[in-house]
Amino acid sequence: MPDAKGRRIALGCEGSANKLGIGIIAHDPITGEALVLSNVRDTFVSPPGTGFLPKDTARHHRAYFVRVAKKALALSGVSISEIDCICYTKGPGMGGPLTSVAVGARTLALLWGKELVGVNHCVGHIEMGRAITGASNPVVLYVSGGNTQVIAYAEQRYRIFGETLDIAVGNCLDRFARTLEISNDPAPGYNIEQLAKQGGRVLLDLPYAVKGMDCSFSGILGRADDLAAQMKAGEPGPDGEPFTPADLCFSLQETVFAMLVEITERAMAHVGSNQVLIVGGVGCNERLQEMMGAMAAERGGSVYATDERFCIDNGIMIAHAGLLAYETGFRTPLDESTCTQRFRTDEVFVKWRD
Amino acid sequence: MDPSPQSPPTKKRKMATSTSTSTAAPAVVEEHQFPLPPILTHPSAAPPTLITQGAEGRLYKTTFFSPDIPCALKYRPPKPYRHPVLDARLTKARLAFEAKVLERCRREGVPVPAVYAQNAAAGWIAVEWIEGAPVRVKINEWLGQRPKNEEEERSAAEQDQGPLIELMKRIGAAIAGLHRTGVVHGDLTTSNMMLRPHTKKTTTTTTSEQTNGVSKEEENAKLLEGDVVIIDFGLANQSQSDEDRATDLYVLERAFASTHPRAENLFEHLLESYKQSFKKGASVLHKLEDVRMRGRKRSMIG
Repeated sequence: MPDAKGRRIALGCEGSANKLGIGIIAHDPITGEALVLSNVRDTFVSPPGTGFLPKDTARHHRAYFVRVAKKALALSGVSISEIDCICYTKGPGMGGPLTSVAVGARTLALLWGKELVGVNHCVGHIEMGRAITGASNPVVLYVSGGNTQVIAYAEQRYRIFGETLDIAVGNCLDRFARTLEISNDPAPGYNIEQLAKQGGRVLLDLPYAVKGMDCSFSGILGRADDLAAQMKAGEPGPDGEPFTPADLCFSLQETVFAMLVEITERAMAHVGSNQVLIVGGVGCNERLQEMMGAMAAERGGSVYATDERFCIDNGIMIAHAGLLAYETGFRTPLDESTCTQRFRTDEVFVKWRD
Repeated sequence: MDPSPQSPPTKKRKMATSTSTSTAAPAVVEEHQFPLPPILTHPSAAPPTLITQGAEGRLYKTTFFSPDIPCALKYRPPKPYRHPVLDARLTKARLAFEAKVLERCRREGVPVPAVYAQNAAAGWIAVEWIEGAPVRVKINEWLGQRPKNEEEERSAAEQDQGPLIELMKRIGAAIAGLHRTGVVHGDLTTSNMMLRPHTKKTTTTTTSEQTNGVSKEEENAKLLEGDVVIIDFGLANQSQSDEDRATDLYVLERAFASTHPRAENLFEHLLESYKQSFKKGASVLHKLEDVRMRGRKRSMIG
C-alpha cells in the first residue's frame, strides 16, 4: 500500500555471495524518482590466502539477517505497514547463501503479511546502475566475482553480447590475491588495486584472450600464478631486474582491464551506442573506470559508474529492481519463492522498459 | 558524494548520488574529427572518407594506386586506455596476422578482400573495397518489412522466409569455406560480413519500366541477393581445431541472437549448411554443443 506521500516502498534482501545486504527503497509514482531510504550491508571476510566457502558464508548470513534487517528498517524511518513488498535475490549465486537469505525474506513476508518478489541479481545491478547514474540506454559491463558480461537492452530483455568463456574477472583477481596472500579485507580486488598503484615499472607479459565480444581469464591467472612463483624463487623479470607483487598486480590489472574495455568497445560499435555503464563489484575499480572513460571519450561518449555502496552487492538494488517488477504486476507466490544458482540475465522479461 | 554537476540530461530517476565521470555527447561517426593517419595525409584526387569507427580502429574509403581503384584503409590508432607496451604488441601482431590470413584465404579461393598494402608498425592495412552493405543491415531491412505482430508473423511469414533462409545457408557455406582453409575468424558477427551485389547479371532490371513492373515481393527477395564476403579479420587466427571452429560459430550464434532476435530460429539453417559444405562440419557442430553447455551452465555467482 502506498505510504502517506503516495510512494511505493520495497525492502530488498541480497545474499548471493559473501555480502549480506538489506535495503529499503521508495518510488514516487509521480516524479518517477527512486529514493534510497536505507542500505545496510555486512560482509563475510575470510582470512588471507583463503576464499569464502558456501557453508561458512551461509552461516554468516543466517547469523546476521535479523540485525541487518532491523538496522535497515530503523534507518529508513518507515513503518512495517508502509512496506509494499519483500524482494529477494532468486539467483544467480552460491546455493547455500542464497537459500539462507530466501528463508529470511519468506519469514519477513509471512510475518508482516507482504508479497514476495524474486529478483535476478544481474538485473538488480543493471537497474540500480541506471537509476543512480541516469544513463538511459547504455551498453552495460557487468563485472564481479562471479560474472563478466557485456549487456545491451533490446526488445524487453537484457541481451548478453559478450561474456567470459571460463572464470569471471573478479574471480581471477580474487584468486590471484590468494596466491599473493593479500588481505581479503575489505575486498581482495580493492587491495590488488592499491598495490597496483605502486607497480608500473615493468609490464609483465601475460596472455591476452579476447574472442569477439567474449574473453577468457583462466589462462591469464595460470600465467600470473607462474610468475608469482618465479618471483618468490627470486628469479628476475624480462628486463633482468627483480619484480615485485606490485608489478604483478599492475600487469594483471592492465591486461584484464584492457580486455574488458576492448570487448565493451566492440559491443558499443556493434549496437551503435556511446554510453557505457559499469556495474558489479569490479566496477568500483578506479583504474577500470579511468580506462573505460578514455575509450568512451574517444568515441564521443561517456562512462557511468557508481561507488562501492551500489557497485558492490547490496540490498537496495534488489529492492529497486523488485519494485520495478512489482509495479508492473509481477509477484512471486510463496510456493514458487525458490532460488537458483543459475539464472541468466536474458531470462528475465523486462516489462518495465519500452 | 555530491551529485555530479555534469550529469546527463536524460535523467529519469534522479538520485543524490552520482559519479558519472563525463557528459553525454553527440554521436561520433559522421564528423571528421579524428586526425588522419600519416599515410592518408598525402595529397590525393579524392579525399579519404571516414566510413566507420569500429572497435578496432577507423575505416577509411580512399583509393589505391590509381584514382579509380577504391580501397578500404583500416587504421588502428594507439588506444589511449591501453598500456603502450601492450598496445604496440597487440596492434602489430593483429595487423600482421590479418594480412597473413587474408592472403591465405585469397590463395584458397575464399571470397575475402584482397590485401593491397600494409604497414604493421604504423598500424594500417589497405584492402580491396567491397561493394554492398553489411549483412546485419540487410537482414534488419528485410525483417523490418515483416509484420510485427507475432501471430501474424507465424502464419504469414513462414512460407516466405525463403530468401532469408537462403542467405543463412550462404553464410554457413562461407564460414565453412573459411574454416576449410585453416582460418578461424575470431569475431564473426553479421556486421563483419558484406553482401556484395551480383555484378552485371541483372542488367535489364535497371530500366525504370521494369523497376515499376517488379512487384514488392520480388523487390524484397532481391534485398538479400549477393555474395557473402567475410571481412574484418582483426582477431583471426590459424587453427584446425574443432574447439576453435566451434567457438567461432558460438560467437556468431550469440551475436546473431542478440542482434536479430526475431530471426534467431533461422540460425539452424546456417549450421545445417555449414555441416553440408564442410567435411569436418559434423564434428565441429558436435563440439559446438559442448561450447554452448559451458557457456550456459557456467555458475554465475554474483
